[in-house]
Amino acid sequence: MNTWLIIAVDGVAFASWLFLISVGMTLIYGVLRILNVAHGSLYALGAYTGASLIIAYFRHDLWPYGSYLVLFGAALLVGVIAGPLIERGLLRWVYDRDPAVQLLVTYALFLILEDAIKLGWGADPYYAYKPYQLLGQVQLGGIAYPRYSFLLLGIAVAAGGALWLFINRTRFGKLIVAVIEDPEISTAMGVNVPRVYVITFTLGAVLAALGGAFTAPMISVAPGIAVEVIVLAFAVVVIGGLGSLEGAALGALIVGIVRAAAVHHIPDLELFAIYLVMAAVLLVRPQGLFAREERRRI
Amino acid sequence: MRPLLITVALLALLAGLGFVLPAWIIFLLSLAFARGLAILSVALLLRAGLVSFGQGLFFAASAYTVAFVMRAWGVREAALATALGTAAGVLVAGVTGLLLARYREIFFAMLTLAFSMVLYGILVKAYALTGGSDGMAVATPTIAGLALEAERLRSGLYLLTLSCTAAVAYLTFRYMNSPLGYAARAVRDNEVRLEYLGLSTWGTIYLTYVLAGGLSGLGGALMALNVGHVDPQLAYWTTSGEFVFVALLGGIGNVLAPLGGAVVFEILRAYAFKYAPYIWQMIMGSAMLLIILFMPEGLWTIYTSAVRRIRIRRWSWRRLG
Repeated sequence: MNTWLIIAVDGVAFASWLFLISVGMTLIYGVLRILNVAHGSLYALGAYTGASLIIAYFRHDLWPYGSYLVLFGAALLVGVIAGPLIERGLLRWVYDRDPAVQLLVTYALFLILEDAIKLGWGADPYYAYKPYQLLGQVQLGGIAYPRYSFLLLGIAVAAGGALWLFINRTRFGKLIVAVIEDPEISTAMGVNVPRVYVITFTLGAVLAALGGAFTAPMISVAPGIAVEVIVLAFAVVVIGGLGSLEGAALGALIVGIVRAAAVHHIPDLELFAIYLVMAAVLLVRPQGLFAREERRRI
Repeated sequence: MRPLLITVALLALLAGLGFVLPAWIIFLLSLAFARGLAILSVALLLRAGLVSFGQGLFFAASAYTVAFVMRAWGVREAALATALGTAAGVLVAGVTGLLLARYREIFFAMLTLAFSMVLYGILVKAYALTGGSDGMAVATPTIAGLALEAERLRSGLYLLTLSCTAAVAYLTFRYMNSPLGYAARAVRDNEVRLEYLGLSTWGTIYLTYVLAGGLSGLGGALMALNVGHVDPQLAYWTTSGEFVFVALLGGIGNVLAPLGGAVVFEILRAYAFKYAPYIWQMIMGSAMLLIILFMPEGLWTIYTSAVRRIRIRRWSWRRLG
């Protein structure tokens, strides 16, 4: 099989993972205007919860394919508990502060959660590889690919599609758009803005945890997984344009392909291919590929 | 006149301590001052409303420059190595600043982060040159041409660090009270009006950024000399995040606040690593939240409010008296 096809498959597989970990971040930024550094911690919480539940699930002799539902359950559990807690307990106090201060608040939250996770789950790695093994591999032009990557692609497409439909085709989605456009006028029109914020943040948290839960079977879940995800998700989201759903998808795809190409052609570049893409995109379009230019306010 | 006297006395005291205190405290203080310079640079940028999550870029670039010139060119003089390292910091800031001065807020934060992570990537990958994630050793320096033995070297490096920090702190103080320093504050308050006044926002931010790069560079060079070893962790974004944290902890209102914050932080960390290694980040995060939510000006608030209270009391005494 020719190299470019391999790169394309690798790239898309990586892109679907990138999309899953970054879509929640762009959603939260789009509505709340807060760049959530703690997004990585929510991802890690999802991964840890998913891994522990999977290990517990396989200890009993249950239907093995049910484990995927367990992963979904883990993501929902984490998001629904942590989301409202963080938004109501912390973020709502800093909505009127500098964006820089908000960034630092979520950074502080990240530091706290980092140790909280270590206290809760210990420093030893968790292995929840069963759901990954279960699907086996598929032969593509002489090369074996894990079917799990395609499951991930499916989930990414489904999550992205569902989110797009939710925002563009439902009543609540229209309320979200209204709040994005102008929170004050929305309030005046009778929209319950705090409720929109809480639901959006929870949704973003569920998406972050979903990314984590479905990553857990592919990796050894150990301390430090939050940090790398934050930086990757930032890069993807910034390339696509902060707050843009389509942007996150395109950003993930670009980064995925470029990284796969780097791995195959210039392995030394792999580690910072993503930052080079980010710097290049921002040079040409400072606001990212999809975001609208901010108006200057006096 | 009084602030000058106090400053001179404080400096003399700090310098004298270099010969009295045990070596580990001297080392801790040297580290605190070296990092304090990077933290001061973060504070400078914060004054202009810019959060840099990438001061580690200059810190590491300079530290590695020191290690390089000592290995490749055989430079041994600490002051020369420090100057070269600082120059590297200024150079890197001069180049990246051309691009970064266009950005604000989150974009600025993320781009600085990205640049420092690029350097981190290079340092880890270029194993033959940099020793990869193991880092590289810094040769033993001479101070003013003298090759000192271990104990004396520690004191010598401390004095070098202290004098560099003091000199730079004074220059930064002058800068903060110069038109350029006020222009940087105006950028945070309202950059459109700054342009109306005929000042260049881009130029102000660029100069501030390069200045901050030089400060971090100096800090990185001193760090490398004091520790005797450099590794890629210096460029990692959590290092820069820590600088931001301490800048907030200390406060950004003046020069001494970030430096004082650095000393407090270094001591806290030394003890936290001993007694509470598992919840260190949690303590740091909680402290950061408390400061942001309740003490917007940093720990310096405690000092200023104490001064104000004393002053009020004195006034009331006079009236009564």
